[in-house]
Order: sequence, then C-alpha cells, then structure tokens
Amino acid sequence: MSVSNLTTQLKGGLDAPICLTWELTYACNLQCIHCLSSSGRRDPRELDTAQVKNVLDQLRDLQVFYINIGGGEPMIRKDFFEILEHAEHNNIGVKFSTNGTYITADNARRLATMNYLDIQISMDGADRATNDAVRGEGSFDTSVAAMNFLRDANFGPFKISVVMTRHNVSQLDDFKKLADSYGAQLRITRLRPAGRGADTWNELHPTQAQQREIYDWLIAHGDNVLTGDSFFHLNAFGESLPGLNLCGAGRVVCLIDPIGDVYACPFVIHDQFKAGSVLDDGGFAHVWRESDLFLSLREPESAGACTSCGNYDSCQGGCMAAKFFTGLPLDGPDPECVIGAGESLLKSATVTLIPKPSMNHSRKVSITTGGHA
Amino acid sequence: MSVTLESACELHPQVAIRPEPFGALAYHYGNRKLVFLKHPDVVAVLQDVASYDSVADTLRAHHVAPERWDAFISALSSLETSEILRVRQ
Ligand code: SF4
Ligand code: SF4
Repeated sequence: MSVSNLTTQLKGGLDAPICLTWELTYACNLQCIHCLSSSGRRDPRELDTAQVKNVLDQLRDLQVFYINIGGGEPMIRKDFFEILEHAEHNNIGVKFSTNGTYITADNARRLATMNYLDIQISMDGADRATNDAVRGEGSFDTSVAAMNFLRDANFGPFKISVVMTRHNVSQLDDFKKLADSYGAQLRITRLRPAGRGADTWNELHPTQAQQREIYDWLIAHGDNVLTGDSFFHLNAFGESLPGLNLCGAGRVVCLIDPIGDVYACPFVIHDQFKAGSVLDDGGFAHVWRESDLFLSLREPESAGACTSCGNYDSCQGGCMAAKFFTGLPLDGPDPECVIGAGESLLKSATVTLIPKPSMNHSRKVSITTGGHA
Repeated sequence: MSVTLESACELHPQVAIRPEPFGALAYHYGNRKLVFLKHPDVVAVLQDVASYDSVADTLRAHHVAPERWDAFISALSSLETSEILRVRQ
C-alpha cells in the first residue's frame, strides 16, 4: 500500500486516536501571549482525580498507547504524580508539556524513576529576551533550571518544545545547539491562531520568507527534529517533510479539555468543533466513534479554492484551525499558504467575521506583546 | 535479510498491537515507535509467529501461498529492524 493510500485510510478514521492530547487543567502560573488554550485560571468544573483515572481506564481499554498531557500547567495539579502513576500502571505512555516551574530537584528525581514518560519543556526563545517577551519575565531561567534538574537527575533525553514565531525562526540553530548540549531532542511546532494565539497571530506568525527558512531548515535537519507533523502546509515548497501529511482533526487527533469536553484537535477549542464529553453515556469511545462531528470530519473533504492548485496533494490545504480562527473558509487555502493564496483572501473583503474561542481562562490582566526590536 | 524461513520469531515483548480498519498499529513502548501494519495477513502472522518453531511453519499454518513467502520474509525483516519482531533466543 502506498503512502497516499495510508493517508486516505487515516482520513477515514481509526478505532481510537493515535495522537490524543489531554489538557488536565486551565490553571497556569504563566500567561504566555500565544497560549493555545487561553489558560490562566482553574475551571471549577475540572475533572477530579477519580474522573481522570476513570478516563485513563477507558483509554487503556481502547489501547491508546500514549497520550500527550498539557494544560495550562499540568504539574500545578496536586494529583499530578498520582495521575502519571495511574497511566504508567495501565501501560499508557505519557508525554507531558510543562513550563518547568514545578520541576524541582526532588520532582526531577521522582520523574526519572518512571517508565514510559517523556517531558517537553516549552521555550519560545533561545535567549532570555526573546523567550521572556512571549512567556513572561523569569521564564527563560525557569526553563533552564528545570532542564538542569532533569539532567542532574539523569532523566535521559527530554524534549525542548518551541513554537515558531517571527522572533525565533532565526534562532533555529541556537535551539538545536541548546538541545544538543543537554542531550535533549528539539521539537518545533507551528504557531496557530488558537486561544490567545488568535490575538497575537498577526504580530507573531512567521513571514513568508521565514516559512521558507523553516522549510529549508527542516529539510536539512528533519530527521533529528520532531515537529508533531505540524508543518505539512510547507510541503507545497517541494519535497515533502517527514511525517503524516494530513489534518488529523477527529481522524487521528483529538483533545480532551480539563472539564472533559472532547474537541477535534487541541487548536480548535470552539463549540463548532466540540464532539461531546467523556462524561456522556458511552464515555470517550462513544464520542470518538459515533459523534456526528467526528463522523463528518472523516468524510472526504472538498478542496474548495485549492482545487485548481497543483500543490494540493502535498499540502492538503493546510490547517483547519488556522483557517477557522483567521476567518477563512475551511475548504480553501491556509492563511500561511506558501503561494500567498491565503494572504490575498485575508486581504479581500470576504473575511468579515472571525470566530472567538469558546473558552477563555485568561487572568484578568491586560496582555501586551513584549519589547522586540 | 535478518529473518529467514528457518527463524523462530516472536513479537517483541515491549510491543502492543491494536487492530484498525486498515490493518493494525504496532507500538513499541521502549523506543516509542509507532508502525502502521497495512496488510491484515501480515498482522495475523505476526501475532501468531511465536507459537511456531519457524516462520515457514507459521506461513504454512496461515495458508500463505508459497509465491508470497519472499514478500513476507522481507516484511518480517523490516519489522525486525524496527524491533517490532525479534528472533527467539
Ligand atoms: S486543525 Fe490544524 S492543528 Fe488541528 S489537526 Fe488539523 S492541521 Fe493539525
Ligand atoms: S492554494 Fe491551497 S493547495 Fe495550493 S499551496 Fe495554497 S493552501 Fe496549498
């Protein structure tokens, strides 16, 4: 079976997701200006320990091999280690994303004793100024301290996770060097206009020239760098990047949010992409296999305005979330379409109403973009 | 080829297999590799290969036509390389 046949099969959906993200809390001690989930304050309806364990048991029964845990800051939960241990005992691998604040020397040692565990430390700049402009003052030092603790505890190869913005594309080599110096693995992902990222998208998303820079860099380094397969819209530049080349929303990807709602992907926290709740009758499996939304996302899609473009096979029209939160039609070009089709649509008068995320747990302070020269 | 008709094989103990409409997914908890198994008959052979003394016996028991044995050997060899399958000690 050829690769494209596999893509077709995956588009039809799987019995259980491959890439399930679970945001355990909307609470966060930081207030990053591009936060995909608009996190800050805890939601009072947050799933409690017993509910979380019950969902993990469901995922074990569905043979979900591993999950991505995020937030908010997941380590803020008092039962965080209890949840990790429950996953471990049930053979569910966990990769969790953290800003590093709660990775103390003690916690690092404890994490180093666990199996099936990957840790991603989030960073947005390879230097203090670039990083802290996005993540807040002191956050660079916090991440570095966490990485030092993990190294000293012999945790093994953790990951450094970077969202590519206009201000850090030029630092790709520096990030790689930083990761190498820890024996860590670099992971870069695409900025999407989701959550607070929608408000800061115009200032932060990479320019057309930088898109090319990212693509060329990935072609040169792709095998040693993780991307979450998030840059497939760049395949329209030429040779395809490694990884799955499709929008996996509701097909291989989904999100469970802190209150148990299930969305098609972590970047579309909006009622239009909410499939149900793990608390509904039938639990997660029912939502994944039977919800109207997920079944419709698995239908063959139309290429819309991309139909006449020769790149559609390689770029698939890009990311649904990026289109949705910039107000573009879902069956047309991505806002960062490499031939500029998305940009010219955005400039035309057809884009009038831009949807807002359904959830906002930002703390009630004003958010400003930081001081970049 | 790392796997031959005479090899006695087994699923790697750190690997789990999940059936899917297109065949199955195999996941290795150690190296975190996810492998797409796109042929249902390869999946069946893989899941059963530990019960036989050799790959040839497994193929025979699964009524795999002899003209396809070479293709199976190369498929199983590549699964051995990704540590989904291993030769029994
Ligand atoms: S909507 Fe975008 S981020 Fe979500 S699965 Fe599709 S391509 Fe990926
Ligand atoms: S027009 Fe559509 S298919 Fe063509 S490059 Fe742009 S997003 Fe991709």
